[in-house]
Amino acid sequence: MEKLVTLIPLFPLAGFLFITFLGKGLSKNFIGGIGSGAIFLSFVVSILVFTTQMHGAHPTVVKAFDWITAGTFDIDISFLVDPLSAIYLLFITGVGFLIHLYSIGYMHDDEGFNRFIAYLNLFVFFMLILILGDSYLTMFVGWEGVGLCSFMLIGFWYKDMKNNDAAKKAFIVNRIGDLGLILGMCLLFAYTGTLRYDELFISERAIGGLPTEVATAIGILLFIGAMGKSAQIPLHTWLPDAMAGPTPVSALIHAATMVTAGIYMVARSSNLYAMTESAGDLIMWAGILTSLLGATIALTQNDIKKVLAYSTVSQLGLMFVALGMGAYSTAVFHVITHAFFKALLFLGSGSVIHGMGGEQDIRRMGGLKKHMRTTHLTFLIGTIAIAGIFPFAGFFSKDQIIAVAFEENKLMFLLSLVVSACTAFYMFRLYFLTFHGKFRGTHEQEHHLHESPAVMTLPLVVLAVLSVVGGFIGLPHAVGESMHMHWHWLDHYLDGTVVMPALHMDLNTELMLMGLATIIAVGGIYLAWLKYSKRGELALEDKDITSATHKLMLNKYWFDELYNAIIRKPVDAISKALGSFIEPKIVDGLVEGTGAATDAAGGKLRLLQSGSLFFYILAFVVGLIALLLYI
Amino acid sequence: MLTLILLAIPLFAAVLSMAAGAKNARNLALGAGILELIITLGAFFLNGKEGSETWLTFNREWIGPLGISYAFSLDGISLVMALLVALLLPIIIYASFNRTFKSPHYFYGLMLLMAASMMGAFTTTDGLLFYVFYEFALIPIYFMILYWSEHPNKAKITLKFFIYTLFGSLFMLVSLLYLYNISGSFNMQALYEAGRSLSGSEQGWVFAGFFIAFAVKIPVFPFHSWQPATYDSAPTAGTMLLAGIMLKMASYGMVRLVVPALPEGVAEYGTWALALSAISVLYASGMAIAQQRYKLLIAWSSIAHLGVLSAGILSGNAQGIQGGIMEMLSHGILSVALFFVYDIIESRMNHDDMSKMGGIREVNPLFAFLFFIIVMGSVALPLTSGFVGEFLLLLGFYQVSPWLTAVAGLTVVLGAVYMLRAFQSMMLGPANSATQSFAPLNSHEKTVLTILVILIIALGVYPDPILSVANPSVESLLQGLNR
Repeated sequence: MEKLVTLIPLFPLAGFLFITFLGKGLSKNFIGGIGSGAIFLSFVVSILVFTTQMHGAHPTVVKAFDWITAGTFDIDISFLVDPLSAIYLLFITGVGFLIHLYSIGYMHDDEGFNRFIAYLNLFVFFMLILILGDSYLTMFVGWEGVGLCSFMLIGFWYKDMKNNDAAKKAFIVNRIGDLGLILGMCLLFAYTGTLRYDELFISERAIGGLPTEVATAIGILLFIGAMGKSAQIPLHTWLPDAMAGPTPVSALIHAATMVTAGIYMVARSSNLYAMTESAGDLIMWAGILTSLLGATIALTQNDIKKVLAYSTVSQLGLMFVALGMGAYSTAVFHVITHAFFKALLFLGSGSVIHGMGGEQDIRRMGGLKKHMRTTHLTFLIGTIAIAGIFPFAGFFSKDQIIAVAFEENKLMFLLSLVVSACTAFYMFRLYFLTFHGKFRGTHEQEHHLHESPAVMTLPLVVLAVLSVVGGFIGLPHAVGESMHMHWHWLDHYLDGTVVMPALHMDLNTELMLMGLATIIAVGGIYLAWLKYSKRGELALEDKDITSATHKLMLNKYWFDELYNAIIRKPVDAISKALGSFIEPKIVDGLVEGTGAATDAAGGKLRLLQSGSLFFYILAFVVGLIALLLYI
Repeated sequence: MLTLILLAIPLFAAVLSMAAGAKNARNLALGAGILELIITLGAFFLNGKEGSETWLTFNREWIGPLGISYAFSLDGISLVMALLVALLLPIIIYASFNRTFKSPHYFYGLMLLMAASMMGAFTTTDGLLFYVFYEFALIPIYFMILYWSEHPNKAKITLKFFIYTLFGSLFMLVSLLYLYNISGSFNMQALYEAGRSLSGSEQGWVFAGFFIAFAVKIPVFPFHSWQPATYDSAPTAGTMLLAGIMLKMASYGMVRLVVPALPEGVAEYGTWALALSAISVLYASGMAIAQQRYKLLIAWSSIAHLGVLSAGILSGNAQGIQGGIMEMLSHGILSVALFFVYDIIESRMNHDDMSKMGGIREVNPLFAFLFFIIVMGSVALPLTSGFVGEFLLLLGFYQVSPWLTAVAGLTVVLGAVYMLRAFQSMMLGPANSATQSFAPLNSHEKTVLTILVILIIALGVYPDPILSVANPSVESLLQGLNR
């Protein structure tokens, strides 16, 4: 059964190649069918692979072909099937298929339709390589590949330079992280002589002899890579700009799958991180700061996609908090539920944007629930799920993070409650401003308002169902017991693949925490309801904002401006100085000076140099032939 | 035997070309190039087979009393380098079909002569012969630039290039003679033993001589300043030969002579060379960012990549050397591709000022697509040839100097900065009045670009045929070096 795993990335690759090279002139529905069909086939095989893993099959490495050999360094393109990769396969292909389906409707009128579906297929291919790779280097192939696709899809509408700038920014910021990841791999290889997971963590336990400082250094370097891909402070600034891409891209790449690659990598390296406290602390702090930053900025944004983008930044931060505290399976749990409800919310926002004729500003929306019933209902479900209301998916995964924080670090516990409150508030602010109240757009927009076609609403419905029931894979003890259901299924499933924290929480504490989390979430929702629904307040126009804190958050804590001032401008200035002064006047100037000084002496040499072309070629050829004939 | 054939084909084709005259000169050259490639592939096939020794090596005493022999060998490393020549030569010749040259029989004759001397340098196992071939290659390229360039400053630029590199090579000659004094033979094995018998500090001095010579030609900061102007003024085929193949003789020399002969000199006294290589990466990247013209941008980007190459090779371990071999091949292919893109753009726009372009993708999506893959190869994205080499180089370098590797590794970021800027400003955005009429690729341009792009991807996805051929030779080269 495991041999089949090679097929999983091959289907989307074949889809990409087919559409790119043979897709010309075929109908859009056919192309869409090929693209979604490829992912669906991967999904089917993923189910098979997952089922064997669920029933306790041993982790298996399936080799595709030899890749890089250099002395003792030897890396193949091989795939590792184990519980962690199997569950990732399942939700990537599943959510990926739904988003492909949705794209058929969303991108139907775009002239680049074929290109779009092809890129999406290529993205899924690389994402699957990232997950399936049996070594850090193979993972890195997927890692860079998804970055490439992200770049191409953010700048999909390439005639607008603003999109291209956003794409370039995403690529370059990610590359900063990648450099960290590359150096991390170098250090890991220098000490252990391998980059393969099984040799590192299982069969030979090559990491066993690592000194703690080295483990810490490797952990930090790898995490720098994760910071780039998963948009953590200080490398978070590209993700909100990435919303320049079409909305299905935001859902698939910049919410559900690619941006969680950093979490995957840290979870994959849990054995390494278990050896070092300090790397974990760094991850935890970067995570909580990012989470707070994202949550507070989201409070003030008025672009429907930007709110969701900052929300993603914030939720990713929470996942890193869990990783930093050693709760790897908890982070994976939140990755999965988040994939469901965030993909749902993004696709819902796409449906809204579609209906609004391209409008993204929630100050120009309002009252949409009358016009878009399915979108409204599913969006509401997604909003409840992310806010963390029992028994929706987000409740369980977020609750588990809060519970771990309660045990491990009380400050993290408090701060993650703050994030929860903000999340509930900004999500319902978004919901009320978009779907309730009076319509605030133009007449023309109002006239055109319509529900999206079934090919778009069907994925919404499926994701909405998953956002309701998805949390049951990680029911807390208290709930699982009382409902006679399998509790902490995911933890049991991943046990042995990732390191498990030793948490022993009594049922009362668990119930108390669940209650507290619910009160906080309901409080946030209530405030949003009070302000934006009951009192009918509207979001301020930019020019009316006077509060300094509000401005600070609206302007994203001035990170972009800061980076411009301390990185971009100095780099430009330095290269300008190099080009206009240092190179011509100093480096080359010295050479030219030497040349001029010997010019007089070089008079004779120059005479030799300007002889006839024929003579020189003749002399040269005669010389060479003489050489050959000498033997 | 095959080594002699590989040397003889371009040499006699050159003579034939010059004698036969202008008519059909380019077809003759292309035929010779393809024949050369076929023979090289044959040698690849023979490699490792029983009894292939007699085919792949040749050794005849030449000037016996002086210990100079006419010795060639196609071991794994030389095979890859021979492939670099034999693969790129027909591509470069075919790429130049786009333009017409005055006296084409001389033009192509010189190209073939260059190929012959490069092939000699990459396959000989005699130190002096290496030096001779290394220097000979200068002469044809000198005339190619001088007689076929349209650059107003060509005389000054070529003279500077010629004298600079010739002068640099003298340091190599001094170092070679120093080793020869001990060994009494120019046979490379004898030179290795002579070098290893020296004390650490002596090795350090001999190394300094070699490094200066090679650093001029690779080129490495601060010995690079002849390069951008030379690339700029040379006709595109000349630039391709220079950047794609010829300058690799220097990095090959480091693999073949420096690393095995002077292990302690490099390890104990070579830190400054590693530092210069790392600085080279930063400096050239900074210069590339400052460029407005595409051809100069890729000239500088070339220096940036070669800094990593130099550092990786000098780290002297299997990863660094293997990475170096792979990178030489990949950088050759990518350089030819990047300069061919220049040729395509320049032939249509009559300039290469990036700020005056834009929107070419809209007009010519195929060209933009192929160019994009080349750009990705240049920024060393995995599954392109650029990645395999660059990653191994950094991996090798890291084991010697983690901090300098972090500096050199900035190429990962800065390369993306200038390459994406170049691509986006020329290809993306709305088309302007000048780019609107950007002509479609002709079948000949399509063929060349497609072959190059396929090579970039094929060698990135499946570099094993190259790496596994080179690996045993690299291991035997490093035997007894305790690395």
